[in-house]
Amino acid sequence: MKRRLITFGRIIRTGMVNFVRNMWLAIAAMAIMIVTLTIILFSLIVNATFANTVAQITNKIDVSVYLKDSVTSDDTQKLIKDLKALPSVTQVTYLSKEQALKAYQQQNAGNLALLQAINETDNPLPATIRIKPVSLNDIDQIRIFIDKPNVKDMQSDPASDSGDRRAAIDKITHATNILQRAGIGAVVLFATISVLIIFNTIQMAIFNRRDELQIMRLLGASTWFIRGPFVVESIIYGVLSAVISILIINAIFITASSSLQATSFGLLDISYSQQFFENHYWILLTVQLALGIFIGAASSVIATRRYLKFKTSRK
Amino acid sequence: MILLDRVTKTYNKNLGPALDRVSLHVEPKEFVIVVGQSGAGKSTLLKLLTREERPTSGKIIVGGIDYDKLRDRDIPLLRRKIGVVFQDFKLLPNRTVFENVAFALEIVGVSTKEINNTVPKVLDIVNLKDKGNRMPAELSGGERQRVAIARAIVRQPKILIADEPTGNLDPKHAWDVIKVLEKINKYGTTVLLTTHNQEIVNRLKRRVVAMKHGAIISDRANAEYKL
Repeated sequence: MKRRLITFGRIIRTGMVNFVRNMWLAIAAMAIMIVTLTIILFSLIVNATFANTVAQITNKIDVSVYLKDSVTSDDTQKLIKDLKALPSVTQVTYLSKEQALKAYQQQNAGNLALLQAINETDNPLPATIRIKPVSLNDIDQIRIFIDKPNVKDMQSDPASDSGDRRAAIDKITHATNILQRAGIGAVVLFATISVLIIFNTIQMAIFNRRDELQIMRLLGASTWFIRGPFVVESIIYGVLSAVISILIINAIFITASSSLQATSFGLLDISYSQQFFENHYWILLTVQLALGIFIGAASSVIATRRYLKFKTSRK
Repeated sequence: MILLDRVTKTYNKNLGPALDRVSLHVEPKEFVIVVGQSGAGKSTLLKLLTREERPTSGKIIVGGIDYDKLRDRDIPLLRRKIGVVFQDFKLLPNRTVFENVAFALEIVGVSTKEINNTVPKVLDIVNLKDKGNRMPAELSGGERQRVAIARAIVRQPKILIADEPTGNLDPKHAWDVIKVLEKINKYGTTVLLTTHNQEIVNRLKRRVVAMKHGAIISDRANAEYKL
């Protein structure tokens, strides 16, 4: 037991000493890890920002159903209950005729002529049910429901998502779907490429030192006594690279918000990105660390394997 | 201690065997010199003993271990019992002289205190006491050779294999190295030495095994150099 502890301590210590002695190799390997980890981090943040933009758009879109004045309050309540029961609906708000009028007046507070015209007549506005979909893709479900003949009979006017609005909503739905898929695709693609690049980098670093591995093997060192320090060294690469990549992103946000004073860049809502980064600082750091450590350790285990093999053939 | 029974090693069928039905028996505590020109099969012989290579046919038993029954994971244990001085030294380039010698002890889990105690003594034996902090690249060929010897003997192995350990040394230092080998042989280590150096062979007056074209052509006690 004591011997194992001594050996374990030596593996850690040797890994750290090797890291310092192979500083240039370490810097080269880490530079690549930093770039790739930063790209992963960046794509994660961009993806979250796009998801937020999509959520905001979704939040703004609802379907209003206008009820005939003749519809009884019991029927209205039943309709609201049925709508709430739909899995594609998050929220249902009911505006009575009076509330609808008030809302209309508030919306057009600047337009005196219009307000006057409204005041001169009986309340012309219908009672309204506003339905918020879970996502834009759920609007179709809601449409099917409100187009059912018994529901349709209760409506004074076509629902708000018909005609031009309907076409616009369909376009937005289509665009956000593409945006979301592209975001996830980019994260997966960058992550995959990064893993391959980091693996290759560590493999090269170990290839440079294959003689060392083979010498240790000849002297009778066990597999883990040889491999351990390389794994420790790669883990150090991973940890440092993860921390530095977080710092780089941090610096980018500081620069963007202070010197450029930019809040958005094209479709990218920078202020949300920054907020997301700050709110998820520790989670992102943990993800980066986990990625760096895991890829580093796994790569060095795989890369050392071939130099530690014994000759099994008699030829 | 070392037993080879009709051992043949063929690397490439077209080139013929590097070792051809070699049988050799070395008693414990014996000092055996293997002589022969390059290509005679000396290096192959040593590589088979350290299980770097496997024989195409034949039987090898070293220190009671039958190589046919040796599992891969026990190969490190075998190598720890044998001290080897490689012709090309095989020092770890990123470690100091002290650390290179200490490495042989670290492998077997010796405590740091004991390492700090033993390594200087062994460096003293090979006259490198003051160079413990040097890197191998800063040493001369002869000094590197002596580091390799220190590393091979620090574990006090039962068997020491030395492949041309005097190859890069001037006569005085060469003889120093041989004296180290004689000393550890006297303490009970079986020594297998390969060399080209006629003078050393003649002065040692030990058992000499001569090889040619992969076969043993003579095996004489208290012999002089003759091919």
